[in-house]
Amino acid sequence: MGVRLLLKDGEMTALLSGEIDHHSAREIRTEVDEAASKVKPKRLTLDFSGVQFMDSSGIGLVMGRCKLLQMWGGSVRVANLNPKIEKIVSLAGLNQLCTIVKDVNYDEAYE
Amino acid sequence: MMKPTNEMAVSFLSCSANESFGRAAVAAFAAQLDPTIDELSDIKTAVSEAVTNCIVHAYRDTLGVIYITCKLYEDGRLSIRIRDKGCGIEDVEKAMQPLFTTSENEERAGLGFAVMESFMDKLRVTSKPGKGTTVTMYKTIKRRQAEKNT
Repeated sequence: MGVRLLLKDGEMTALLSGEIDHHSAREIRTEVDEAASKVKPKRLTLDFSGVQFMDSSGIGLVMGRCKLLQMWGGSVRVANLNPKIEKIVSLAGLNQLCTIVKDVNYDEAYE
Repeated sequence: MMKPTNEMAVSFLSCSANESFGRAAVAAFAAQLDPTIDELSDIKTAVSEAVTNCIVHAYRDTLGVIYITCKLYEDGRLSIRIRDKGCGIEDVEKAMQPLFTTSENEERAGLGFAVMESFMDKLRVTSKPGKGTTVTMYKTIKRRQAEKNT
């Protein structure tokens, strides 16, 4: 499990990796919230391209970040879901809460 | 009831660090049925939900033991029983409703049982308040004949 945070033009991206469950979600939440509360980005992208496993704790993680970003009028988008993660995301109906995007690439100058 | 052809049991402490152990142990046992990656992922996700329920709800603020028993049957059916001796559930039907959660401020989505139900073929939950909860899930792994013949 790991998080890498990128920042550009007031937008934040969290590159998530490893397995997301109730145990690892706590650490991800702490790390993302600490940075986001400081920067108050207008948009936070949660990128799942490095995530091999996710249970419904990951849904709670996305829902919680949506709530946080709403506090300053920001929005959350979810990117690069593999088919297995997409299955649980569609079961949860996350598309009604945030934008789901495919194939987002970040250029090198982003960090 | 058919007799199982193989069986395994593991028990472990309800620390959240053991969530990955629980689902990996069941997945390793289920691997002998030659499941697809998707089937294995469904099983891991369902087990992860059940184990997390034991940790977050059954043994809330305490540590207890989580018991997993898996059985394999000749027809490719896998049964997974996940049991705790925690607080139990007053109203199982209500607890199983999607989005129902008693842990709103801990960011629980309330989807645990809904995920188990949709990712597995069959789900049965029995509970006694003060005694504990038993979740039994079934999934049949189809034999992949075409690949077997080559």
